Amino acid sequence: MILLWLISILFIGGIIAWLSERINPNYPRLIALVTVLLDLLLMFSLLGAEPGDGGWVASVDAGWIPRFGISFYLAADGLSVLLLLLTAFLGVIAIGSAWDEIKEQAGFFYFNLLWTLAGVLGVFTALDLFLFFFFWEVMLIPMYFIIAIWGHENKNYAAMKFFIFTQVTGMLMLISILLLAYFHYVQYGALSFNYHDLLAVQTAGRLEMWIMLGFFIAFTTKLPSVPFHSWLPDAHSQAPTAGSVILAGILLKTGAYGLIRFAVPLFPEASMSFAPVAMTLAAISILYCAKVAFAQADIKRLIAYTSVSHMGFVTLGVYAWNEQALQGAVMTMLAHGLSAAALFMLAGGLQHRIHTRNMTDMGGFWAKVPRMAVVALFFSVAALGMPGLGNFIGEFLALLGAFQANITLTVISAFGLIFASVYSLWVIQKVFQGEYANAEFDDSHLSDLTRREMVYFGAMMIGLIWMGMYPQSFLELSQPVLVELINSTESAIAAVVQN
Amino acid sequence: MQELIWLLPTYPLLGFLALVLTAGRLPKNVVAIIGAGSVGLSFLTAAIIAAQFLASGEEYFIKEVWTWMAVGGFTPGFNFYLDGLSLVMMLVITGVGFLIHLYATGYMADDPGYSRFFSYMNLFVAAMLMLVLGDNLVLLYLGWEGVGLCSYLLIGFWYTNPDNGYAARKAFVVTRVGDTAMALGLFLLFAELGTLNIQDMLHAAEAEWEIGNGLAVAAALLLLGGAVGKSAQLPLQTWLPDAMAGPTPISALIHAATMVTAGVYLIARTHILFELAPNVQELVGWVGLITLLMAGFIALTQSDIKRILAFSTMSQIGYMFLALGVGAWSAGILHLMTHAFFKALLFLASGTVILSLHHEQDIFKMGALRQKLPVSFFSFLLGSLALTAFPYTSGYFSKDEILIAAHGMEGPGMIFFYGGVFGAFLTGIYTFRLFFIVFFGESKAAHPPEQEYGGWNMNGPLILLMILSVVGGFIAVPLDPLFGDHEEHHISGLLHAFMIAVPLIGIAISACFFYFKIWSVEKLMASSFAQSLHKFWNSGWGFDWLYDRLFVLPFLWLARINRADIIDSFYGLVVEVSRAANGMIVKTQSGYLRWYALSIAAGLVVLITIGVML
Repeated sequence: MILLWLISILFIGGIIAWLSERINPNYPRLIALVTVLLDLLLMFSLLGAEPGDGGWVASVDAGWIPRFGISFYLAADGLSVLLLLLTAFLGVIAIGSAWDEIKEQAGFFYFNLLWTLAGVLGVFTALDLFLFFFFWEVMLIPMYFIIAIWGHENKNYAAMKFFIFTQVTGMLMLISILLLAYFHYVQYGALSFNYHDLLAVQTAGRLEMWIMLGFFIAFTTKLPSVPFHSWLPDAHSQAPTAGSVILAGILLKTGAYGLIRFAVPLFPEASMSFAPVAMTLAAISILYCAKVAFAQADIKRLIAYTSVSHMGFVTLGVYAWNEQALQGAVMTMLAHGLSAAALFMLAGGLQHRIHTRNMTDMGGFWAKVPRMAVVALFFSVAALGMPGLGNFIGEFLALLGAFQANITLTVISAFGLIFASVYSLWVIQKVFQGEYANAEFDDSHLSDLTRREMVYFGAMMIGLIWMGMYPQSFLELSQPVLVELINSTESAIAAVVQN
Repeated sequence: MQELIWLLPTYPLLGFLALVLTAGRLPKNVVAIIGAGSVGLSFLTAAIIAAQFLASGEEYFIKEVWTWMAVGGFTPGFNFYLDGLSLVMMLVITGVGFLIHLYATGYMADDPGYSRFFSYMNLFVAAMLMLVLGDNLVLLYLGWEGVGLCSYLLIGFWYTNPDNGYAARKAFVVTRVGDTAMALGLFLLFAELGTLNIQDMLHAAEAEWEIGNGLAVAAALLLLGGAVGKSAQLPLQTWLPDAMAGPTPISALIHAATMVTAGVYLIARTHILFELAPNVQELVGWVGLITLLMAGFIALTQSDIKRILAFSTMSQIGYMFLALGVGAWSAGILHLMTHAFFKALLFLASGTVILSLHHEQDIFKMGALRQKLPVSFFSFLLGSLALTAFPYTSGYFSKDEILIAAHGMEGPGMIFFYGGVFGAFLTGIYTFRLFFIVFFGESKAAHPPEQEYGGWNMNGPLILLMILSVVGGFIAVPLDPLFGDHEEHHISGLLHAFMIAVPLIGIAISACFFYFKIWSVEKLMASSFAQSLHKFWNSGWGFDWLYDRLFVLPFLWLARINRADIIDSFYGLVVEVSRAANGMIVKTQSGYLRWYALSIAAGLVVLITIGVML
């Protein structure tokens, strides 16, 4: 029941926030904050819950459209709980980053923000594939509005590109879902969109590969991975800061979650024979996007490309499909969620202060804004995989696991560690070091981080240090889920081999 | 007390946190007390622990603190491992580290970034201690990357000059190439042996791999990749001279005494693995030999006082690698320790010289400083003697052991021996070239010093390091239980005398050129061949030039031509095509009845045709 509450609180809170704008333009942000904090509090109760059958700590299953075998079936296990917590945590952070930045139509903005979050929570908990697709769409449309209305100079292009990429590939996934449900009808005599039912569906050979690809493309577009990544730099550079936080911190992770929860378990044989291709795409993403990132002058585009590069480690880990690799993928999702969100907030904060994202105009900000410099240094160093911080745990485990599955691609991907240090340190050099440069912009508003900003960044820093020094708190939650997934796919493959 | 070994990195880590969180608001003397005091506390704790450990007679001691992560059989912990090797390392790091911190409280006194400086320094010491005390390779890697980060931060400490930033990034990226090789080594070791706990891993390797096993060779090679990056050995040596852009105490601490010797530590720590891969072990020796000779030649041609010392460091670490290559593990570590004493001394003394001369680093703009700068003079005298292995100074014992062990090695032993002796000859020349030019002759300083810079906090460490440089060779390092007693190799008295005499001949030649001025460098440099050779050596054998063309420029070129991301232009093409298609379809909506009639008719024909054919 609690899962239903988590989602509906956000839906309702969103509507109230929108309406409250008429009373006072400052109410929406307050209501949004309270709503998400309430959600976060409720989520903590999931941490103590005893896992029931199959490791689910909470579930709700209500009929929806029984005629087509569609039900309103939500459930959460350790993996979902981790991602729910990440969503709510970054939701709070996103509201904080929008606090002063969003003045126009604030009510509608926070409505969209909360509805996006609600969609994401749905995606992380839906175990009915039709419902999953429904939430997949719910998180897309409000996000489109956030970019298109509150974005920057080229917002319509970016929003449309984001929409088309996700919509077209979402359609592929819908076709795959319908095909799966159809095969369930053929094999078991009834339509069903239930995850557990569909796991039992036997598909084989080329057909299985095609259906699997529908999911794979939808998820790797969201992730994103080469060659479906090019919507991301545009979306990020144009989105308002809060939009970037949600996009980089949470929305990308829905793609990774989809791969782990659906793409591989539903199609074990196809996925395993496809794994070398997926891992190759991952390696290309890691290296190619690191290289493109280095060439960018727009600081948000740069961070966007680094996101694609880091997400490559997730794909690599998922398709290596062993415990270390999967845990690495999950840790990378969590840690990158924080580090990328923080970096986008820093870039957004800079843009808010000096009205440019062009790094070539910047330089020597260290003396002027030392706190911001130290914070930026921290998150850059986290992003380049410094041990002791969360990103290291993720990428190290992903590579450690991937090495056991495919040595060549792991060795190639490892070069990403070198490239990451090249672009991360370049940003620090260009923005904060060197001689102070202010010829191209008005620096009268270039002030150091405020106390409120320090609270957000401080919280994210503590999160990354926690993940880096004692990752067990997180690994323990996802461990049973991942082990179960690995075992069930292995037995499925073994069964096929026997036949 | 041994239980409290976790306090060692904790003190400087707390110092780091205190300095970072107060963000430069503390008064300087408080910063100095926190910065140097935390490392001092670490040293005291380390000394007590060391005394108890040696008294206990145990071979090793493990303190488990917490499980870092536990992922399907991969369970590295935050565990500390103390044996003879880590004991020597922790004492060097905290002891020499404390002296350098103390010196820095004076050296950096006028710098606006005082607090920032000590916060980085403390973080460095904490990371370096994790590196040598960790019981598993992942924890070692944590320290390994941590010291690299601090090295980056401190090389680029004076950040307003972009050259310093470049040097810092170069150091980080070049060493990260090695680090990545090392990480792959860890993946390989875990995949094959199922653990990264160092002792368990070594036992498993001994049990599973016979000598010369391909996997052992691969693993040793990958670890060697990490070691040559961190220790500035061929082919990843290019970052070290540029690293001199940082404040001089950094050069003493990070780029002479501790971090750059981490590669030596790594190989000594995993020496069993290298013994399983004899070819790789021999390669370690070759890397050391070639690096020590190349760096020696470069040092002959440099004019910046710190760069001379940097190439000298590179060369001395070459000796340590040579020692590892011939299996003289204890001698390599002994040289690591004595080198930490005399090279820290030389760097710190050069710091005093530089400050006394108002930031002059060119030795040809110094001269005649022996009376004006007596402490620096004696520091350089004793440090240089130890560096050239003058009999009974600290450097003599360690280098002597290394060369004798090389002589006793089968195969390339003779090349290693005579190469090493020739390197000692070069050391004699370049070290005393520096010494005579800086402290004798005529003063060429733009601003001759009125007095020597520094109070007790700077001179005290120098005096202590002078003592250690002279008598440090008598310290008994407790390494035998770890590396085993190798049979003593003996060389004839005559050969030994030759070995001792060679560096002295180097000193004499240097004196003839730069003290007595019997011979003249100008005459030597008269031929165009000599000039191009000088230029070649001065540029570090052209490695920077080569790497720029092989790696840096192609990468920049690739980045530049594809700034707009070529994959995106494919989607741009899709948009263009659909626009064009849209345009064509729009044209069909022309409003002319005859067009519609025609198209309906055409459609009918097509449909009927299909119908007939089916």
